[in-house]
Amino acid sequence: MERPLTRNIVAGRPPLDLGGYERAGGYKAVRGVVGRVAPARVTEEVGQAGLTGCGGGGFPTARKWQAMPTRAERPGPRYFIVNADEMEPGTFKDRLLMEGDPHQLIEGIILSAYAVDADHAYIFVRGEYRVAISRLSQAVAEAREARLLGPNILGSGFGLEIDVHAGAGRYICGEETALLNALEGRRAIPRAKPPLPQVSGLFGCPTIVNNVETICNVPHIMAYGAAWYRALGVEGAPGTRVYGVSGRVKRPGSYELPHGTRLSELIEDHAGGMQEGFGLVAVLPGGASTGFIAAGDLDVPMSAAGLARLGQRLGTGNVIVLDDATCPIGFMVNLQKFFAQESCGWCAPCRDGLPWVVDMLQRFARGEGRAADLAVLEEMVDNLGPGRTFCGLAPGAAASLQSGLKLFGGQFRARLALGAAA
Amino acid sequence: MLTGEGALSAQERAHIVALMAHYPQARAACIDALNYVQAQRGYVADEVLAETAALLGMSAAALDEVATFYNLIFRRKVGRHVMMLCNSVTCWMLGSDGLCARVKEVCGIGLGETSADGALTLLPIVCLGACDRAPALLLDGELHGGVDAPRLAGLLGGLTAEGG
Repeated sequence: MERPLTRNIVAGRPPLDLGGYERAGGYKAVRGVVGRVAPARVTEEVGQAGLTGCGGGGFPTARKWQAMPTRAERPGPRYFIVNADEMEPGTFKDRLLMEGDPHQLIEGIILSAYAVDADHAYIFVRGEYRVAISRLSQAVAEAREARLLGPNILGSGFGLEIDVHAGAGRYICGEETALLNALEGRRAIPRAKPPLPQVSGLFGCPTIVNNVETICNVPHIMAYGAAWYRALGVEGAPGTRVYGVSGRVKRPGSYELPHGTRLSELIEDHAGGMQEGFGLVAVLPGGASTGFIAAGDLDVPMSAAGLARLGQRLGTGNVIVLDDATCPIGFMVNLQKFFAQESCGWCAPCRDGLPWVVDMLQRFARGEGRAADLAVLEEMVDNLGPGRTFCGLAPGAAASLQSGLKLFGGQFRARLALGAAA
Repeated sequence: MLTGEGALSAQERAHIVALMAHYPQARAACIDALNYVQAQRGYVADEVLAETAALLGMSAAALDEVATFYNLIFRRKVGRHVMMLCNSVTCWMLGSDGLCARVKEVCGIGLGETSADGALTLLPIVCLGACDRAPALLLDGELHGGVDAPRLAGLLGGLTAEGG
């Protein structure tokens, strides 16, 4: 089974340095493409490969790039930003990719920036990821020394600088327009769209923001071609994904598998199934912002299309397993507390709605639920839903709330305060 | 180590100016600058904040608006060691509340508090991206995964053993 994204990553071994990465075939795509292949061809190949965003949004990468005006249309600086603000609860794939093979990300950035004609890149890494920050900074220095970065990369005429930017916490910085405000040194609240960042992003200039895993795919697509890439996946999904599983399974961890691998296979075969004495109740397939998948529905491809059949999203593809020793309402309280705490406070439904949701859910968790609150919680699903807020934080919170109210309706009714059950 | 309060040294000022070179606008370096002065001084005191803001061409209020937004910038004095316990969902399932209770028993502090001897500040943190090794925590910025009661006792014991 091919696993291009993690092929150089060996647990317990430091990442490959520039020499090691090149001996493993690294920077071959940069040497073959930059200055030799038209930038538009790179975008085209990435589009044919069917690459979609791996940070949770799932938007087609090439289409995102194509929305950027050309340099003739918008003269001036152009930015390429890697969103490495991995903070989606249950998600730990980008850390693995950055710590395990930093040069792969840098090669992906060079190719992607070349495709969109960006001259400056920032890797926005959450401040807690100290090891990743240090390894990326080291790799950038090595690449600069070897003229793989700088004013005239390998004599191609194309120039690119990369800065590694350490954030200072807060989940909202992973939202692409909040990230732009954070990078500009402003409070990290999301911006209204339009204008799209591609048109007016960082410092008002055309800007692309892509997730770490997304960009790590680009060198492989350019080295081996879109057809090869598509064939890596199964059930119609292209490429591979760095899936993950956490919770009371036997082997929690990251698993790079064909995109479209069945959720049941991921949990049973790769993560080893449940630990002795625990049963699986439900899972969140791709972080805290995705909805519950019931134990009976796990035979589903881990792809956007597969999960859409259940009315759910793939998110980050990193699965959180809810077991039968954990109170599902307590689990929901924890999720909503996270979103309430991490709300930037800009939009009312999120700022005021989420603490209210937490309060109501906590009453149920204590066995003091109020029947009228069930209706209010249902209403909150709509109030927090898409279109009500500037960004996706509140709709993300609504996903598990909506599916949890449905899936655990019996437990909610059982937790009504005594005398209120009538 | 510098104390929290007191004017920025010439070296600190020069470092902040150098950070500004990475961005087309000075204020964009403000997180880098806050991270830097905090690394020097443990936290960002009012006068340090005001001086840093002036270097960046920002008002103190504008820089404070940024500083108070973030989990990792401390505007108040913290202990000689800072422990951040992940309280997101996988760590919660696998026992982060229990770890929090253990710290309370051993050091007498809850979340947001500093021990009486000034050795340790305990803070919550969101998902550390170590869910496969839950529960996880950061101690002075270093990640520890798979933390059970004995491992936590070891970490806390290490702090007192060094007289910290």
